[in-house]
Amino acid sequence: MMNGLNWKRYLLWFANEHTHFRINEIESLRSLFGIQMKWVEKNHHEPFCIVDIPTEEDVLKIASRSVSLRSCIELWACGAKLGDLHNNLKLLPVEQLASYFKPELSFKIKVETFCKSQTQEEKVAKIESFSYLPLCGPVKLKNPDIKLELIEYYGLDSNNIPDEPYQVFFGRWVADGQRDLISKLSLKTRKFIGNTSMDPQLSLLMANQAKVKEGDLILDPFVGTGSLLVAAAQFGGYVLGTDIDYLMLHGKTRPTRIQQKKQREKDESVRTNMKQYGIENRYLDVLVADSSLPLWHSAMRLDAIITDPPYGIREATERIGSTKDYQIEEKHLANHIPSKIEYGLQQIFFDLLKLAVEHLKPQGRLVCWIPVVRNDYCESKLPSHPCLQLVANSEQQLTIFTSRRLLTYEKICEHETHLPPNVDLSTAEFRAKFFRYGEEVRKHRKQQKELAMNLSKATVTEKDKMYEDKSGRYRSS
Amino acid sequence: MVFRCAVHNMKLLTHNMLTSKCMKGVTVGYPLGIVAKDIKVSETEFNSEFVSRIIPKLDWNALWKAADSIGHSGDLPQQLMEDYENNEEFLKKVHHVLLEVEIINGELVCPESGRKFPISQGIPNMLLNEDEL
Ligand SMILES: C[S@@+](CC[C@H](N)C(=O)[O-])C[C@H]1O[C@@H](n2cnc3c(N)ncnc32)[C@H](O)[C@@H]1O
Repeated sequence: MMNGLNWKRYLLWFANEHTHFRINEIESLRSLFGIQMKWVEKNHHEPFCIVDIPTEEDVLKIASRSVSLRSCIELWACGAKLGDLHNNLKLLPVEQLASYFKPELSFKIKVETFCKSQTQEEKVAKIESFSYLPLCGPVKLKNPDIKLELIEYYGLDSNNIPDEPYQVFFGRWVADGQRDLISKLSLKTRKFIGNTSMDPQLSLLMANQAKVKEGDLILDPFVGTGSLLVAAAQFGGYVLGTDIDYLMLHGKTRPTRIQQKKQREKDESVRTNMKQYGIENRYLDVLVADSSLPLWHSAMRLDAIITDPPYGIREATERIGSTKDYQIEEKHLANHIPSKIEYGLQQIFFDLLKLAVEHLKPQGRLVCWIPVVRNDYCESKLPSHPCLQLVANSEQQLTIFTSRRLLTYEKICEHETHLPPNVDLSTAEFRAKFFRYGEEVRKHRKQQKELAMNLSKATVTEKDKMYEDKSGRYRSS
Repeated sequence: MVFRCAVHNMKLLTHNMLTSKCMKGVTVGYPLGIVAKDIKVSETEFNSEFVSRIIPKLDWNALWKAADSIGHSGDLPQQLMEDYENNEEFLKKVHHVLLEVEIINGELVCPESGRKFPISQGIPNMLLNEDEL
């Protein structure tokens, strides 16, 4: 007992995907809900962590938002071997668990193995090994009152599965995470998508990094098809977006889906996506505007900015402007299409941080992706501003030598907002280097495809896993 | 004319935050004038938390004038009242003006230069031409 609260130990059981994002996600959620939590075992590679949390209510809050989390279990015992686990479980004071061992409570014991399959007989034998527990209610397989779980972890290397698990856990299931939302918001069934739509899992992770909550005001200055706003609205944000691409916002760009023929359907838009998911009331507006220019009233205050800026690989990076000096004649005005010039990454991040510093509320967050060449990457060279603190930084590898990083900045002061952001020159070099390296390894085409594919699917494919050894370094394939 | 099934519409909340200060020679660019050709009045779910949190961030005078200029100020008071957080009736009126009165087609007008920004299918086009920067 600490602080008069009944702290308990929980196992956070994660999906084996986007490894670099999960701890940051849990940290953001804990900060969002103001939860006190202690990391007991913080693993960056294995799909589980162990934490101490004061109340089950807090656990439920985290599970109500986390997309990395598969499930959460009140940890009764664990060990390197099944025998140790049983010994530890038997040592637990009976009073502590008495409330779960009542005749009126139905129960079930489930066995889960990670990275190994098991026969039904093996499972039954394991379930029976718990017969010493004073469970006296009826067994019920569907929706029992008490769900107990044995989890056996056989490592991450499916080519090298040990006979005995590395670690085993036993406890009471408390809640599942929000993995279901990933399929609910799947791009496959979404009405309006483009070739740069962000996959729902990463979009939801971004909304969690941004600590979006009910009634927040959220902006995406490079909104595209609005995939990030869908996730933000799903968690209660009221959303606004801008994009320079008029045809995109009006749903008139070439359709992305192969099966779709020449034209998009009439009502494809960011708003119809919101409607599809029943969150249209959270949709505010999208505007055609150039994010290199100031648009908003100085008093506007945002709870978060969530964005995926253009990298210049799949989409144009451009802004309105001209290198010449002239005036457009009156008679041409109505039909004039503004000329555009290159909008380099250095300038993009300068403008983005400036927007954040000027318009985020105190403690508001900017969550954005930045592409990097892995060899050149150095955290101290990331864009910065005295008013913004980098609170999280997760890598998603795209190709052998490139990745993108999800940066989470928090606005920490209101004083020096007039100062310019610092954006290192190397930020601008991504595009050139991307193409140069690409040529060097004579895989230019393949790389681009791979990148485009990974960006749109954004899940680690089997092929990617092959290059990666456990420590996250790459073997040559 | 009132459209019933158009998909996009610009909200007065967005108008309340929008400027034309990006233009050459324009310093404040606020508030933008509104020329509304088609307006739609819809019904959307009321969220008292969102409305009461957004009110202190609004330019109340600009909101009232914008609503009034398109004939939809209804019985919204010209002055922001005190203790509005617990006044659900008032919050609902603000909700209506901010989120339910929407402009489908029309123009936003820069108060300093008179430059018009078209709103089509509810999407304002704030892009400038290269000689206006
Ligand atoms: C990586 S995409 C973002 C995709 C978006 N997350 C989605 O769900 O579709 C970048 C977007 O930035 C837009 N863009 C490029 N330059 C811009 C500028 N100067 N101002 C505003 N948007 C711009 C592009 O049109 C593109 O839609």
